[in-house]
Amino acid sequence: MSVMVEVDRLSKSFGDFCAVNEVSLSVRKGEVLGFLGPNGAGKTTTMRMISGFLSPTSGTARVCDNDVVTDPIAVKRSIGYMPEGSPSYDDMTVASFLTFIASVRGIAKSEIPRRIAILSDRLDLGSVLERPIEVLSKGYKRRVGMAQALIHDPPVLILDEPTDGLDPNQKYQVRNLIGEMAAEKAIIISTHVLEEVEAICTRTVIIGQGRVLADGTANDLLRRLPEYHAVSVVLPTLAAATAATVLRQLPSVAAVFETPLPEDRTRLRLTPRNGVVLLDEVNKAVRFNAIPASEIYLDGGTLDDAFRLITTGSANAAIHAA
Amino acid sequence: MSQIRIIARRELTAYFTTPLAFVFIAIFVALTGAFTFYIGHFFDRNQASLDTFFQYLPWLYLMLVPAVAMRLWAEERKSGTIEQLLTLPITTTDAVLGKFLAAWLFCGIALAMTFPLWLTVNVLGSPDNGVILIGYVGAFLMAGAFLSIGICMSALTRNQIIAFIAGAVVCFLFTLSGLDLVLNFFRPWAPLALIDVIASMSFLTRFEALSRGVIELRDLVFFLSLMAFWLFATVMAVDARKAA
Repeated sequence: MSVMVEVDRLSKSFGDFCAVNEVSLSVRKGEVLGFLGPNGAGKTTTMRMISGFLSPTSGTARVCDNDVVTDPIAVKRSIGYMPEGSPSYDDMTVASFLTFIASVRGIAKSEIPRRIAILSDRLDLGSVLERPIEVLSKGYKRRVGMAQALIHDPPVLILDEPTDGLDPNQKYQVRNLIGEMAAEKAIIISTHVLEEVEAICTRTVIIGQGRVLADGTANDLLRRLPEYHAVSVVLPTLAAATAATVLRQLPSVAAVFETPLPEDRTRLRLTPRNGVVLLDEVNKAVRFNAIPASEIYLDGGTLDDAFRLITTGSANAAIHAA
Repeated sequence: MSQIRIIARRELTAYFTTPLAFVFIAIFVALTGAFTFYIGHFFDRNQASLDTFFQYLPWLYLMLVPAVAMRLWAEERKSGTIEQLLTLPITTTDAVLGKFLAAWLFCGIALAMTFPLWLTVNVLGSPDNGVILIGYVGAFLMAGAFLSIGICMSALTRNQIIAFIAGAVVCFLFTLSGLDLVLNFFRPWAPLALIDVIASMSFLTRFEALSRGVIELRDLVFFLSLMAFWLFATVMAVDARKAA
């Protein structure tokens, strides 16, 4: 049973508006799925349906072989879910909130203090256990949200924007935690931060307007960019025109884009034909033609570009602006 | 069942972690005292009974019970904790019943805090304590009925003020439906059967019988089935409007 979450043509309409349209995906044990998409693409709605909060208009999701439509309680039992913004009962203390969640989750009374101790150690909550949640900083609140999602050690973890609003140190901490748990669980996280996808996700699904637009590793997404394997050459502006003409002749170069830089320098960005590796060829050409280049580097586009290309469908949008 | 108990315990604790519970109970007890002694002329009547207390209780409930109920779902929706709550392994019915029982128990505690009135009549005379006990049971049932209406209104909005006003208005209609004020509006045109139905919905009429010590099965059934109906409507409302 290595497929832990299987989403099968899941759809949700609110009146006339179709928020999620036949989304299918699956997550195996050991995978961290990064769920990406512009705001309003249907990420949260999809996660809410998998976790049993909203019932789908059509389609279903199976979590650990239980169907969320026919047996939502079993599904909820096997999921640790952190809603967007990790809302929690503000007037409770951290300890009483976690105790409440643990008892509803059916953890034996004698076992609860031990679980809370383990989690507070792991998430660094020890100093705030007796404080009301409403006085905590955003970072602590988010970690309380993580703690309640983990308290029953679920096989499946669904986290809606777990690092949103955290400072870089806290983000690092949360990512580490997710990384540590990854081997044992199937994890779905939604995020806007693409570096996070590269840092912790083994696979990425991009949705837009309720549909799955892409499903693959970060590298699969980058490969979709026309500038995948592109190379940039920085040189004095005086030499730029000649160099551009020479480089454009190279058989593997599809196009050359000129960008003026400060201090009378220019960047030439060369995109490859059919995604071949350009760096060697360009290096040789630069040396052979004595082009006065000060820098030559791989400039294959970023996940941000791939994201923009996939979600707006416009290749132009993916070309480096600055 | 254990899920309902856990949720009820959390909700009841939530009332007492803020000053709300103490303020509410203080106001409730002070007002029952004021109604009983001043407006009800308790001493002038020279009777060892709590009639004046029970007589004004429905009107007090009209204001105060919707205030207890208003936060139950509206607050969950507003703060987003509803998503946290309903992704726990519980059904919506568990959550609705847990919240309702907590609020009902809270009203029961407030009602119990009026025991000095009972002490007073027992010191001054020898009232029929059986009648008083039935009156209290009736008052508790009526609080439950008001609450079930209030919790349903709370499930329909994320705004606590709207939940309060809507709850108070619906409770008001149920309270008054047996009075001529309401019935005269229907009498000229409505069939007798409908008028009887409307009149039979009246909390006042039902409660008056109970507070005089007359306990009848149909009155108990009335209050309990009314609660069941409104709680069922609450489950529907929560399920239908979760994401809104």
